[in-house]
Amino acid sequence: MAQYIVRRLLGIVPVIFGISLFAFLLLRLIPGDPALLILGEKATPTQWQALREQLGLNRALFVDLSGKRPFYDTQYITFMGDLLHGNLGDSIVHKRPVFTELRERFPATVELALTALLIAVTLGMTLGILAAIRRGSLVDTGMLLLALLGVSIPVFWLGLMFQYLFAVNWHILPISLRVDSHLSRNFQLFTGLYTLDGLLRGRPDITLNALYHLIMPASVLATVPLAIIARMTRSALLEVLGQDYIRTAQAKGLRGRTVILRHALRNALLPVVTIVGLQLGLLLSGTILTETVFAWPGIGTWLLEGIQGRDYPVVQGGVIFVALVFVLVNTLVDLLYVFLDPRIQYR
Amino acid sequence: MTTSVFTMPGRKGKGTQQTRNLWNDAWRRLLSSSTGRIGLAISLSLIIVAIIVPLLLPYNAKTDRNLRNRLLAPSWQMPATELANRKLTNTSYLFGTDELGRDIFIRVLHGAPLSLTVGLFAVLVAVLVGSLLGLVAGHVGGWFDTLAVWMMDILLAFPSTLLAIAIAAASSGPASLTARMSAVAAHIPVLDRMFDPQLFNALIAIAIVEIPIFGRIARATVLSIRGQEYIVAARATGISEGRTLFRHILPNSLAPLLVQATLSIGTAIITVAALGFLGLGARPPRPEWGTMLSTARDYIGDGRWWYATFPGLAIMLTVLGFNLLGDGLRDALDPRLRK
Repeated sequence: MAQYIVRRLLGIVPVIFGISLFAFLLLRLIPGDPALLILGEKATPTQWQALREQLGLNRALFVDLSGKRPFYDTQYITFMGDLLHGNLGDSIVHKRPVFTELRERFPATVELALTALLIAVTLGMTLGILAAIRRGSLVDTGMLLLALLGVSIPVFWLGLMFQYLFAVNWHILPISLRVDSHLSRNFQLFTGLYTLDGLLRGRPDITLNALYHLIMPASVLATVPLAIIARMTRSALLEVLGQDYIRTAQAKGLRGRTVILRHALRNALLPVVTIVGLQLGLLLSGTILTETVFAWPGIGTWLLEGIQGRDYPVVQGGVIFVALVFVLVNTLVDLLYVFLDPRIQYR
Repeated sequence: MTTSVFTMPGRKGKGTQQTRNLWNDAWRRLLSSSTGRIGLAISLSLIIVAIIVPLLLPYNAKTDRNLRNRLLAPSWQMPATELANRKLTNTSYLFGTDELGRDIFIRVLHGAPLSLTVGLFAVLVAVLVGSLLGLVAGHVGGWFDTLAVWMMDILLAFPSTLLAIAIAAASSGPASLTARMSAVAAHIPVLDRMFDPQLFNALIAIAIVEIPIFGRIARATVLSIRGQEYIVAARATGISEGRTLFRHILPNSLAPLLVQATLSIGTAIITVAALGFLGLGARPPRPEWGTMLSTARDYIGDGRWWYATFPGLAIMLTVLGFNLLGDGLRDALDPRLRK
């Protein structure tokens, strides 16, 4: 098993290498000069040269054959060297290290993604179990319909509709941001999660306010994973319920709830766990749309600002980081399977 | 899953022979399931709308404006006095008007050909490139297979929305390859709708994101049937590799490819709208649903609900139609699910 884990971890090395190569090429294969695009048409040649020098654009891509510099003094080698040292370059717009900005923005995304996952798992599994127990009933049909709608609704539109209904029309939820601005002004963050920091610093009012702000974006973000988890729970449970040992359990005279919760659900949970893990990877990385709608200051809005401002180091660093999180979470889920399912033999 | 043809017993005579094969059976099963029927009905009606609307109601987005009737609620919601004042009827503006006084109903209708063309073409490109790549990789094997799988794994390592956004953003330079490709596309009848270079970028970005999905399906089929007797027999008769690949192997992956393609159209349409919403898809005043939503966003706070509601409903209905059709097709084509 240990051998399997090591092999699985080594297997992601070429993928991570490929991700970095892709992100490197993505911004360099574009026709047109990034320096010129950043400066605009009114730039002087001196400004242009200076920015090219700063971005390292006047060097060769992979191998320098001109003889003017050492052959290894190229954009790619420098890029990889910096990357291995955890240096993602400096943001052109904010003039700060990309890594620092990432570290500041990531907690907001984590808070949003985890809340959304919590909603999706609790609601999704409950709906899935109910639908499986009452197969063919109105609950079942309703759940399937809801699941279908869940994967067909554009989340950014759902966000706008929620904003209109709950914030503009009924005034029961805040329209955007993580906490009210008068609360966040003098509040020192510790972990970066307002819900947690409010408790840690003895400010429950901030925790409550943060939760209040989380309800709408987290529910919107939860729609797709909720639909997928509900469908998966239903079908996994239905498959298990048809097996002989369930009939045995029922024949023994066990209560219906015991059979479902103790006997069936445990075995049905395996595929659900995989799906939940995959969804977590997606949530941590795929929140650009929801964050944009709710002006949520996470990785998604940061990346979008980088794209709109042609802040190449931000886009490059952000894309690498997000893909890395996605790959690592997915690999961890795979490895989790080793511990959860002793029936599978790993070689 | 090869297609076999035989005559139904008890039916003889010319012209009355009914053939039974995989596709006929699947078609019948599709029509007998409610999922398939509803999905087919929605997608077909949308396609018909997309074809008819530009013919019957010519629309010029650049000149369409009516500043006197800005941001009007749907006319069935307006009080009778205001309707009379503006000389409107109950059905003048079914979906209301936007900030330039344009009829949202008309614009939503004209969004259909746009979204459907981009969705269909993006998936078409992805299917062609992906399945060719997968087939050849699985068939040839060796270093080519390793390289192809590595490339597909990398593309799959990115969350799909992020990848589409990154590619669309990166390729939006003025002198980019896609800008030149879209200049060529302007001379092709259906593609000329895509003249907007940025929308064309979005199409290419979506296609690239979907390529590995189809590549994997095609490759998996090749690997699973490569050693079967009829393939060995085909090769033993001396026919060329290409013929084996395209006449004997490819047909086996058509069913899963078709199911995935249908589901992918839904994803593609949501992604086009998402890119439009983020300002990386179609540009205003083009009546693209996502682009409309991105302007509508500014009017949500004023309580003008209709502006954002209807383009979003249009996206949802379209995606729902293709998802239902895809689900129906999967049930109809997957022999393991047959009851």
